[in-house]
Amino acid sequence: MSVGKSLPHDAGTLHVSGTARYIDDIPSPANTLHLAFGMSDCAAGTITSMNLDAVRAADGVVLVFIADDLPFANDVSPSAHDEPLLATGTIHYLGQPLFMVVATSHFAARKAARLGKIDVDEITPILTIDEALTADSRFEDGPRIWSKGDVDAALKDAPRRLSGTIEMGGQEHFYLEGQAALALPQEGGDMIVHSSTQHPTEIQHKVAEALGVPMHAVRCEVRRMGGGFGGKESQGNALAVGCAVAARATGQPCKMRYDRDDDMMITGKRHDFRISYDIGFDDDGRLTGVDFMQLTRCGWALDLSIPVADRAMLHADNAYLLPTARITSHRLKTNTQSATAYRGFGGPQGVLGIERVMDHIAADLGLDPVAVRQANYYAPIDGTPTTTGVSDQVKPNTTPYGMEITDFILHEMTERLLSDAKYTDRKAAVAAFNAANPVLKRGLGISPVKFGISFTLTHLNQAGALVHVYQDGSIHLNHGGTEMGQGLFQKIAQVAASRFGVDVSVIKITATDTAKVPNTSATAASSGTDLNGMAVQIACDKIRDRIAACVSEHHGGDVQFENGQVIAGDVSMTFAEAAMLAYTNRVSLSATGFYKTPDLSWDRIKGQGRPFYYFAQGIALTEVVIDTLTGENRVLRADVIHDAGASLNPALDVGQVEGGYVQGAGWLTTEELIWDGKGRLRTHAPSTYKIPATSDRPDVFNVSLWDAPNPAQTVYRSKAVGEPPFMLGISALMALSDAVAACGDAYPALDAPATPERILAAVDRVRT
Amino acid sequence: MKVTFLLNGETVEVDTPATQTLLDWLRVECGLTGTKEGCNEGDCGACSVVVTDRDSKRALNACILFMPQLHGKAVRTVEGISAPDGTLHPVQQAMVDHHGSQCGFCTPGFIASMAAGHADGRTDHDNVLAGNLCRCTGYAPIIRAAEAAAQMPVPVWMKEPALPTGPAPFAPDTLDVLAAWYAANPDATVIAGATDVGLWVTKQLRALDNVVFLNRCRDLQQITVTDDTITFGAGVTMVDVHNVLRDHHPSYAEMVRRYGSEQVRSAATIGGNIANGSPIGDNPPALIALGATLHLRHGDATRDITLQDFFVAYGKQDRAPGELVTGVTIPKSAPNLRVYKLSKRFDQDISAVCGAFNITLSDGKVTEAIIAFGGMAGTPQRAGRVEAALVGQPWSEATVKAAMPLFADDYTPMSDMRASADYRMKIAQNMLLRYFADLAGNPVSVLEVQP
Repeated sequence: MSVGKSLPHDAGTLHVSGTARYIDDIPSPANTLHLAFGMSDCAAGTITSMNLDAVRAADGVVLVFIADDLPFANDVSPSAHDEPLLATGTIHYLGQPLFMVVATSHFAARKAARLGKIDVDEITPILTIDEALTADSRFEDGPRIWSKGDVDAALKDAPRRLSGTIEMGGQEHFYLEGQAALALPQEGGDMIVHSSTQHPTEIQHKVAEALGVPMHAVRCEVRRMGGGFGGKESQGNALAVGCAVAARATGQPCKMRYDRDDDMMITGKRHDFRISYDIGFDDDGRLTGVDFMQLTRCGWALDLSIPVADRAMLHADNAYLLPTARITSHRLKTNTQSATAYRGFGGPQGVLGIERVMDHIAADLGLDPVAVRQANYYAPIDGTPTTTGVSDQVKPNTTPYGMEITDFILHEMTERLLSDAKYTDRKAAVAAFNAANPVLKRGLGISPVKFGISFTLTHLNQAGALVHVYQDGSIHLNHGGTEMGQGLFQKIAQVAASRFGVDVSVIKITATDTAKVPNTSATAASSGTDLNGMAVQIACDKIRDRIAACVSEHHGGDVQFENGQVIAGDVSMTFAEAAMLAYTNRVSLSATGFYKTPDLSWDRIKGQGRPFYYFAQGIALTEVVIDTLTGENRVLRADVIHDAGASLNPALDVGQVEGGYVQGAGWLTTEELIWDGKGRLRTHAPSTYKIPATSDRPDVFNVSLWDAPNPAQTVYRSKAVGEPPFMLGISALMALSDAVAACGDAYPALDAPATPERILAAVDRVRT
Repeated sequence: MKVTFLLNGETVEVDTPATQTLLDWLRVECGLTGTKEGCNEGDCGACSVVVTDRDSKRALNACILFMPQLHGKAVRTVEGISAPDGTLHPVQQAMVDHHGSQCGFCTPGFIASMAAGHADGRTDHDNVLAGNLCRCTGYAPIIRAAEAAAQMPVPVWMKEPALPTGPAPFAPDTLDVLAAWYAANPDATVIAGATDVGLWVTKQLRALDNVVFLNRCRDLQQITVTDDTITFGAGVTMVDVHNVLRDHHPSYAEMVRRYGSEQVRSAATIGGNIANGSPIGDNPPALIALGATLHLRHGDATRDITLQDFFVAYGKQDRAPGELVTGVTIPKSAPNLRVYKLSKRFDQDISAVCGAFNITLSDGKVTEAIIAFGGMAGTPQRAGRVEAALVGQPWSEATVKAAMPLFADDYTPMSDMRASADYRMKIAQNMLLRYFADLAGNPVSVLEVQP
């Protein structure tokens, strides 16, 4: 059975030979036109005039659009219809598209787009959290507040109290393939759109609105993305809509791809957060109450900020039982790029809040940070706490949103990690190193993750598939998920191959296509395999059962599908022969599959219910070294155990864990977004925005999977693995904090990203 | 300009605008879309290709490589790294076997860098691949692939046929011709490696009509080592500078190891890094600390100046229109030279601050001190007051600590996206303390700590 095998990525050979096609590689007709946006040079104000004469006169320019030129909807928002493709008079952020150039080449379009003369009646932009709070500039009427128990009483009665604040920066996705789309006009006003998107149905939907046609007139196809990470859940809408509108106007194919700097100036990023905490706990470090204040900059438009901020609240507990809690979330509106989905979708920010709390308690009590975490863990599956588990008095084992935790495995995972990684010995070695070295200090940090799996907007938890078996026995596979590098297509092909008992080479993986599977959800929330894998399994089983019935009718007995053979009693035939038999007996060899996640109910206003089907878990231990004279630092070693359930493909899942860890550590160390006082993003290219490079990965990097079946009934009992390991990178920040703490007695209170500059400031703080 | 070179083993002749980039030509004109555009500024490596000239085989960023720079060379793109019959190169096969690609968009660039390193027998994979960014894998499987492929022989198809020798587009091949031409055309843009000028085209969208390429001028590519000195021609690439420095100035060499990336160092020249006058160029502080002499030439007239005098003010250098930087000379030995580059990321990052320290001691006393910084002022600049406070004093922590505050008299750094002014100042001061610990033999670099 191909499920469970570490097969290479299905496109691996295409990747390494340069033959895997991305949007800009698709051969396009010779008369294809190219688009670029003219962007705002200020962050807030009203446009008083737009003189585009020079733009129109520039070499190669065919057409220029402003908002008034758009034939139908001028909106690319995924949520609230508050995001015009082209500005309608009000400028909301620096970088906002104001007009759109259609030209004969990419270069000509870019060049012309800089020639607009825009007069603006500027106003003072709202840029920071504090400015937004002062101006009461926010989404929703007021903060969302979810509570569990009487937190005020718990804090008042607590044996010990602490409060603090952590600032955490946003994060640029830096998908290596920038945003891109290609629109091909068809007869009768139809449109085919190739888009680098995680959400083909949304592209179809927004393009249809912009063209004034029903969705059936638009087909969106996505073979692959060159990276997504959430950045292509909604941010590709503008390019696809722009291309479609221009293709409709000119009758010619239209392509748009952002230059990297434009991409970073225009598109949204991870939400930055400030999280303040007021906590009560006992002498063992066990929490009695937590009062969190989460403040986030959502940018200028709503986009996906509500569910992102909700998920930050939903992960404010991470792996810990909070006996009482209050989580207050302010979603602030600022004149900056509209913050959007990014791997973890608010979860990492919520998790970092409580991990900071654990770290702070440990420092305050002089306890081992691991022990404090273990003392606060949810109770294990069988309810009997381990030596370090929670006491009976704080049961039931429920989250702040009232969901009972029944699948908690971090006690066992932690014990194994501490043992495998030789935590106790290494802790002593670090202390010895620090005693001997005045300039360099080492640190160890641990962080677990318990990540809720399901879209919190419950209706999105559905998926469809379309499977054909051809008369020669070859199989065409299609589903609503998109491939952005995560190996979704290969994992699902392995599911399909296993259902038919054939080799995975029999399965043809095909591009995601809204004409094959309609009404798809974004490939997001780590749900791609869970949802689409199940839908494919259901579709395959329908066809398999029809073939089995046909074979049984001819040869009798139970029918088995294995090793490429179809076996009925004494008769064995190849899968191809069985397919031919079914075909000649007029059996349908095509089926759709549909799946919806069971057991979900969620009230986001009350903050109560069961928003998740299950939890994926993991834990990491990281060792770092810092230079106390400069703040320079690096990760020396990371040990990770991650829970992928019964893995469909261990190699691909390990790839998600390794990549997620490094991306998570990057978020908290080198990746710093800086806006100046005018609202101009100053870090808008890889020259100034530093994602981890090769040498930034841990020197020693031990990653293993916790190989146990998912108690929830997922596809082959696997678990979602896209987002959860991202949060393991938090252990790097905890380790840096530990290293800083070796310099003195005060708590480092290290903010993120922990650049050399922030680390040196923290060193100075603990020394004074 | 008419340019002749080998593309994946076949001779091509192209009539090209002077500032046409190889990447655009490959993708738009040739339909060779395997080579990707990730950033269009030489920082991500997705566009890497293998370029062979008569001296070496190196990975270069095609996005900031102008077509005329390729004349007489051989270019191999990802499509030509596998055999004509489709057989994968060992690095390609290893990347498949070790799950080294996820989204695959950076992969062709990695393949080019890995193939170039493989051909050279390189095993320092972190250096070879420092200029290739991957956002998916966390790099671990890529390194596993590079290690696995290192055992395999270089495939025969990677050997280039004889390089073409057709008539070159105008690019002076002697310094005499170049100097005369430039003196007569002082408004021309001089292009060596194009790692800076490339961005004028790809990001500023400037049209450069009047350019001259230096890459065919062998006179500028000489490295002369005497008993006491080393002279680098202005056209020596940073890769070659690094190779020489390793033997003579290890601390400076370690900084150059982190200068740009393999692709950038293979294109960028030491002369270009000096002549463009950037306040954050990494060579000038080290060269100033070494007391470097700069060689200039205008027509037939030559002159030498100390490097520190070359940097007059921000954006202004002591170079007349039509005058060329032809080379730089440094002492062969300076055992107390230390160069410290500070940036948010170790590899492929522009310095927030780069400090170079060089003191001479006699009987425990400082007899001479040169301290130079980039990133602390509008030009690379010496810390005169700090130097003065050290000279004549015993080399002790007390002396160092007494001198540290004087950096505030020497510099008024600025705040930007790389660092705040306060942090820059503090780092400059602390680097002096680090220098003291370093000379005393104490560990001061996190890069040298082993897990």
